[in-house]
Amino acid sequence: MALIWISIALPVIAAIAVALGPASRARTTALIGSLLSLAALTLFAWEFPAWTSGAHFPTGEAAQWVKGAGVSASVGFDTVSLLLALLTAFLMPLCVLGSYSAITDRVKEYYGWFLVLGSSILLAFAARDAILFYIGYEFTLVPMTLIVAIYGGPDRRVAAIKMFLYTFLGSMFMLAALLYLGWEHRIASGSWNFDIDALTATAVRLPTSSQYWLFAALMVGFAVKVPLFPLHTWLPLAHDQAPTAGSVILASALLKLGTYGNYRFALPMAPAGGAELMCVVAVLSIIAIIYASLICWVQTDAKKLIAYSSISHLGLCMLGLFALNPMGAEGAVFYMVNHGLSTGALFLCIGMFYERYHTKDTDVLGGLAKRMPVWASFMVFFTLASIGLPGLNGFVGEFLCLGGTFMAEHDAQTGYPGVLGPWYAIVAGLGLIFAAMYLLILLGKIVWGPLREPTAHATHSTHDSSHATPHGIQLAAHSSHEPVLPVDLSVREIAVLTPLAVACLWLGLQPTPMLDAISPCTERLLVHYPAQVERVMAEHAASLTGSDQSPSSQPTSNSLNSQ
Amino acid sequence: MIDSLSPRLALLVPEMMLLAGAVVVALMGLSKRRGVRDALPFITCGVLLLSIIALPLTYTTPRALDAHLLLPLLGRFVKPLIAVMGVWLVLLSVGSVDRRLEDSVARGRQPFDAQRVARGEYYAFLLLSLMGAMLLCNATDLIWLFLAIELVSLPTYIMVAVGGHGSRPQEAAVKYFFLGAMSTAVFLYGFALLYGSTGSLELLAIRDALAAQAAGNGIDGLAMIGIALIVLGLCFKVTAVPMHFYAPDVYEGAPTHVSAFLSFVPKTAGFTALVIILTCVGWTGHAIIAPDGVRVQYLGLPTPIAAILWMVAVLTMTLGNIGALLQTSVKRMMAYSSIAHSGYLVLGLIAGASAGIDAIYLYLVAYGVMTIATFAALASLERRGEEINAFSDLAGLRVRHPVMAWVLAMSALSLVGMPPFIGFFAKISLFIAAFEANQLGLVIAAVINSAISGLYYLRLTLTPLVAPPTARSHEVTSVPSRWPQVTAVVCGLATIVLSCAAGALLDAARSAGASAPSTPSTHSHGEHP
Repeated sequence: MALIWISIALPVIAAIAVALGPASRARTTALIGSLLSLAALTLFAWEFPAWTSGAHFPTGEAAQWVKGAGVSASVGFDTVSLLLALLTAFLMPLCVLGSYSAITDRVKEYYGWFLVLGSSILLAFAARDAILFYIGYEFTLVPMTLIVAIYGGPDRRVAAIKMFLYTFLGSMFMLAALLYLGWEHRIASGSWNFDIDALTATAVRLPTSSQYWLFAALMVGFAVKVPLFPLHTWLPLAHDQAPTAGSVILASALLKLGTYGNYRFALPMAPAGGAELMCVVAVLSIIAIIYASLICWVQTDAKKLIAYSSISHLGLCMLGLFALNPMGAEGAVFYMVNHGLSTGALFLCIGMFYERYHTKDTDVLGGLAKRMPVWASFMVFFTLASIGLPGLNGFVGEFLCLGGTFMAEHDAQTGYPGVLGPWYAIVAGLGLIFAAMYLLILLGKIVWGPLREPTAHATHSTHDSSHATPHGIQLAAHSSHEPVLPVDLSVREIAVLTPLAVACLWLGLQPTPMLDAISPCTERLLVHYPAQVERVMAEHAASLTGSDQSPSSQPTSNSLNSQ
Repeated sequence: MIDSLSPRLALLVPEMMLLAGAVVVALMGLSKRRGVRDALPFITCGVLLLSIIALPLTYTTPRALDAHLLLPLLGRFVKPLIAVMGVWLVLLSVGSVDRRLEDSVARGRQPFDAQRVARGEYYAFLLLSLMGAMLLCNATDLIWLFLAIELVSLPTYIMVAVGGHGSRPQEAAVKYFFLGAMSTAVFLYGFALLYGSTGSLELLAIRDALAAQAAGNGIDGLAMIGIALIVLGLCFKVTAVPMHFYAPDVYEGAPTHVSAFLSFVPKTAGFTALVIILTCVGWTGHAIIAPDGVRVQYLGLPTPIAAILWMVAVLTMTLGNIGALLQTSVKRMMAYSSIAHSGYLVLGLIAGASAGIDAIYLYLVAYGVMTIATFAALASLERRGEEINAFSDLAGLRVRHPVMAWVLAMSALSLVGMPPFIGFFAKISLFIAAFEANQLGLVIAAVINSAISGLYYLRLTLTPLVAPPTARSHEVTSVPSRWPQVTAVVCGLATIVLSCAAGALLDAARSAGASAPSTPSTHSHGEHP
């Protein structure tokens, strides 16, 4: 327990140190703080006893915070939340390191907010109390909004306000749903309590109609964060306008709060509602996959392209989760981690050429492999990881998500009936083909081909003082307040990208240990679902065929019950 | 009579101190020496601090239980709350009252004229108003209740007029006074009807009479109309619909430090009065009598009162939030925000005794801290000698006044209910209370309203921190006195520090909200548990 609190508190302490110290030492302090936080969390993970049991650790009574309202300060991890927290802690120092040259104005505030953001995300993943989770989840909005609004591109304020309002509205519904659950717990047991396990135990006993609304309210909150079509419109703008490290943490950690919320709250708490609504979510996910891919195809802004691809990828992740069988759910969790690594790395790569050329327009830039060979190799590597090349991390998650969807038939022999089936998988698979196409087109434009560099008039520079010239090295030097960057990547930038590349490769080649660790958790997640899905299918069949022919659905359920 | 008077008087020691302090301050305000006049706010603070120290010594539980009070321990929470917030409201006004007059006297442009200075009166009236709010907690009958409420309000009319300079405060004061007088008439009429129906002025007797009526054929129509009129009249004090119209004009017209006072003290007093009156009515024991003579018990206030409060709550928060969205003046926006927060607070009134009263008082603590922080930040700044009013004055505030910009941002986030600020805990405790009373519809209304409020509070967060400075905002300077800034920083930090103590505050409010046990005479009526 202590190590968890230390890893959450260290970034905050570092943020205070940044605020009080001189601006020149801000980034070093931030780097040390985030590294120490990572170290504390790694130490915890090293001693974590529940890697393969699917249980939570540590358990036990936690300090009450607001006794009358049943809010306690309890933290603990299961495998899934620990993996996501590790991902966050792992990305934090890389983001800090990646911001060294990009942030030159209001430096102290930037690193301070960034550290607070990190610890807020860690709190959300670690929380074992629904209100504590909400505190972490909701508070991420404040630093993220400010990071976008202060350090972003030309439309930064609009982007920040839009992001804030979307997420705030969604999370208010989520809060209402959580309070409602607390109330149901109060009715059932006589006291207010927001412990997640206690709430889940209460929630699964609720009548179907209550669970339906409960699931819908939680889903609205998390769908904004994922983001699921049609609530996604804040994301491309926010990504486009955010500074590089902001985009990285937004895509890699903040969006995972949405999928994690589904994993931790919506799915286990309202299985009856989830079974009723899974088709809706699956169809929305598929729309997101296809629709976002098509937008990517015509996108000329490299960063927006990655942002839309992120929507598409997370759609696949949601589809895997809502296949409601172990394969899909494992794939979805695995994919959460992988998407964090590869998309985060892609945002970093784009940020690196943006710092040199001050444009992300793929019509203006091209053939950078000739100018920046080291950068180009990283870019190609991470793009392939994102496409899902076998041997790299993206492949495993995508394959499992699609496989899970494919197997989610009503007469599946796995013991986990579903309503999705091959057609869903085939349509979603189209999205992967699109993904390969648009990402390879992106590579073809900016990495290979004839060298094209922006002229002074074509730049979409945020800083009016900086004019691009044909020579990468000089153009950055033109604006007096920006540090000089080498033509190709500096040692610092390579140090940022290398750990990510190693992680991608390692998870691609050795996915088994992690999948083994995830599978007990997903089995726990899905424990109520086979019965619920069967119930929904039986009701569905009865309503389609009329009540006199309802026995027609009996054989299916009998054969499943016998297993 | 004498026996019951002495513990009652002992409970009123803090009020007596404030009264003595008011007299002293009023007289000292006439002193020819500037040093004495400048010391007035600090003497006022000293009086308030003395009363805080005196309170736990004199307000002992046995004494309170002997004093025939409806809510015997309420004063142990509300009086310190009033006094502590009073200290900050005084510090917030240091250097603002009589500023121009004192400047011209100091420069020798005009001689000192004891008839023109208003500082002594200002602080004396401020103490009297706080005293009224404290007296309210110990009300034993309707006359006391009425006098205490008026003692809160009457000084504020004068404070609005004398606290600043120019004609706008006077215009605001006149408007405030006439509408206030109307609301007084409304709830006084309500008191009269309540007396007519129950035959007593004593609150405990009224409670027992109403309980007896409820146990019989239900509360009679006369009393019901009376209670409805009292609620509507008190809506004026708490700036709730339909008596909220004055708020934007008065808050904008009044000097900033007085606006801060208006947004907290009358609201606290009004909600305390509402809690007392509704405790008389009771949240249990009401029933509908079906046509076949069967009594159907239901939870909560009698249906007509609950319906009125329900509409007041929904309309107040909705109109408040929508009104706030449209403002370009920060003070008007804060006025509408004050209206909206009253709407949330009415949830606690509907929820009632079990969780509602403590949620109301936790919310009042939170609201006091965050609204005083906001107004203090505004009061610590000026532009060409005039008060800050427009949002555009605040653009890019962080460049020259970073601390005030941060305070504004933090208090705005707390006002919107962003965790982990105290506003969040206050809000969820209100929602929880509403759930306890089975008011899911109200919770949903409040949730939607909170989401709307995100829009304008976000503006108050981003304008000082993010927006680039404009020509207007370059002219913004600090006021000469440092105390408004100190107030802003302390209250701004309190928005986050207090959330660690949210649980303790809620427990304290809960024990304060316990009502006196029913007298044996009601038990003989049976039925009422």
